[in-house]
Amino acid sequence: MRKMLFRLSCTCAALVLATSAMAMDTIKIGFNIPMTGDIPKVGESSKLSAEMLKEDINSAGGLDVGGKKYMLEFVYEDNEAKAESAVSTALKLIEKDEVLAMIGPNSSKQAVPAGQVADDNQTVMVTPWSTNPDTTFERPWVFRAAFLDPFQGPVAVNFAVKTFSAKTAGVLYDLSNDYSKGLAEIFRDEFEKKMGKDTIVAFESHGTKDQDFSAQLTKIIAEKPDFIFLPDNYNQVALIVKQAHQLGYKKPFMGSDAWGSAELMTLCGDDCKGLYFSTHYAAAGATGATKEFIDRYSKKHGYVPDDVAALTWDATRIVLQAIQNTGGLTGKLRKDRKAIRQAMSEIPSFDGITGGMKFDEQGDPVKCAVVVRISDSGEFEFAESVCPQ
Amino acid sequence: MLATFIQNVINALQWGSFYALIALGYTLVYGVLTLINFAHGDVFMVGAYIAFFVATFLLTALGLPGWVALALTIPLVMILTSVVGVTLERVAYRPLRRKGANRLYVVITALMAGLILEHGNLALLGASRKAFPPLISEHVYTIGGVSFTNLKVAVIFTAILVFIILQFIVTKTKIGMAMRAISYDKFAVPLMGIPIDTVIVFTFILGSGFAGLAGLLFAMSYPVLEPYMGALIGWKAFIAAVVGGIGDIRGAFLGGFLLGAVEIMVVAFFPSTFRDLIAFSVLLAILTFKPTGLFGIAKTTKI
Repeated sequence: MRKMLFRLSCTCAALVLATSAMAMDTIKIGFNIPMTGDIPKVGESSKLSAEMLKEDINSAGGLDVGGKKYMLEFVYEDNEAKAESAVSTALKLIEKDEVLAMIGPNSSKQAVPAGQVADDNQTVMVTPWSTNPDTTFERPWVFRAAFLDPFQGPVAVNFAVKTFSAKTAGVLYDLSNDYSKGLAEIFRDEFEKKMGKDTIVAFESHGTKDQDFSAQLTKIIAEKPDFIFLPDNYNQVALIVKQAHQLGYKKPFMGSDAWGSAELMTLCGDDCKGLYFSTHYAAAGATGATKEFIDRYSKKHGYVPDDVAALTWDATRIVLQAIQNTGGLTGKLRKDRKAIRQAMSEIPSFDGITGGMKFDEQGDPVKCAVVVRISDSGEFEFAESVCPQ
Repeated sequence: MLATFIQNVINALQWGSFYALIALGYTLVYGVLTLINFAHGDVFMVGAYIAFFVATFLLTALGLPGWVALALTIPLVMILTSVVGVTLERVAYRPLRRKGANRLYVVITALMAGLILEHGNLALLGASRKAFPPLISEHVYTIGGVSFTNLKVAVIFTAILVFIILQFIVTKTKIGMAMRAISYDKFAVPLMGIPIDTVIVFTFILGSGFAGLAGLLFAMSYPVLEPYMGALIGWKAFIAAVVGGIGDIRGAFLGGFLLGAVEIMVVAFFPSTFRDLIAFSVLLAILTFKPTGLFGIAKTTKI
């Protein structure tokens, strides 16, 4: 009898061990992305890109960590492009889904508050697209794959001054969006530093849900700036550029990386052709691994991947690289998360499809920016590349 | 400076036209049923989407030229949108009215109906935006530094025309008289042999038909459509109707233009950061001095 019991408990223990070993064979990564709300195309790009990467690795037998193969499991959660939903989504991924690491949110509006949650709960978060410095500032658990606005701002200033031979500029930004507001202020300070005081002749704002911008544009146009800087999301860009043209404005616009969605041209049409914006990569004329990614993505989904897709690809690959660098997972969530954070901070340099990058002590990559021109056929053409000194 | 001011007047007239067109729908239903139809902003959104599908179908499937498509789109959109409005009344409001439910429940039902329209759209068509096809080519005219387009002028004139039509229907026709009678006494009117349900359905046809027209014009002026586009503008148009004096057609019309003018002029003369703060403080001040709105009459019996 005693022997029987002993045997039974042995089998039970073995079973438990076996199931836990089975469960350990997957690596769970959470995606906190906007699939509905203001910028649904951004979420879609992220998801499609991540799915492509997952298929690649899973079909090759999984990810090799310390001599053991793990299958990938990606959990996609919608943050509705809202700051408050991004926070609850991050908490859900950390606590309920028990992910090892998180990708996203994409926009700084959501990434800044969600970064706090990730940092407080000691889970690695890598935002692909957020460029606001506050996202990673003094948050050791938060990283990013994109360059920063203090770098992007001067790129836009220098390019516009050179290309448009501009002496004055007007700015229109989204007041309730951390990204837009932060970048607009950086741009203003940098432009005035370079061109002199009061060269920003108009500095106007609008709300996220606004559809009519005629009053702000009338005010800006009346000051006759040489160009208008517009650090706005692509959906608003389409409306703003159109309305400016209806008010008789014929001079150029300069945009920022939030323009670079695959949906910009469907919404904006002819009005946006010939305009410039700074971004993370130029799809037209890419080479090597970048071209391979673009070709595969275009073939599969029928449109050229935007910068969010490429950055999500890079961000996810960085995390997977860090997981591999841990040299083996223990199966204990807190311990593994800690190991991944350690490995993330120790990645010396990473060769991504949006360019090579090195992480500094804040978890920010040092990488180049490109300025693209929207061609007459609606493609984003390479115009200039600017690297940090 | 003068040119900028006139430019802003045109901007305000165009933007106010949309508030006015939507506010007219709120006020019509309120005038007859004393019901705040909170789904009205979303009926406007549905109107814009119907306009999108009708216009795309006429332009691409039938290959009609732009102006023919527009001429066909206007009546089609108005009819289809009023079908939506009447369905809403049949399915959501009439059963409650039959059971004699308190008005509070009907208002909550309206709010829910609006949310159902929004999220039904989201589920059906997805979150990605629709770009409205250009029906007419827009020309920018610039006279003495003031720019306007043929579309802007058309929008302003349409709003004025709709106001005149509605004012005529309500004050000069028999069915208008019946509408006013119902608003006056819901219980005595059926006893006089007036078919109350027919009049209510007619009210919804008018209100949602013009919401559909507003949706079409809005989609032409701001050609990016999304499921939540009607929510905020609907709320603001409701405020416009209240400031004008809800239940009064002149009130809704003027209230709409007033709100449009306040929003635009605040941006024109103050930092745009304070737009909504200043705009709604002004409206609050108006309501403090005239709590029933500009054209409203205090009714003590109806709460």
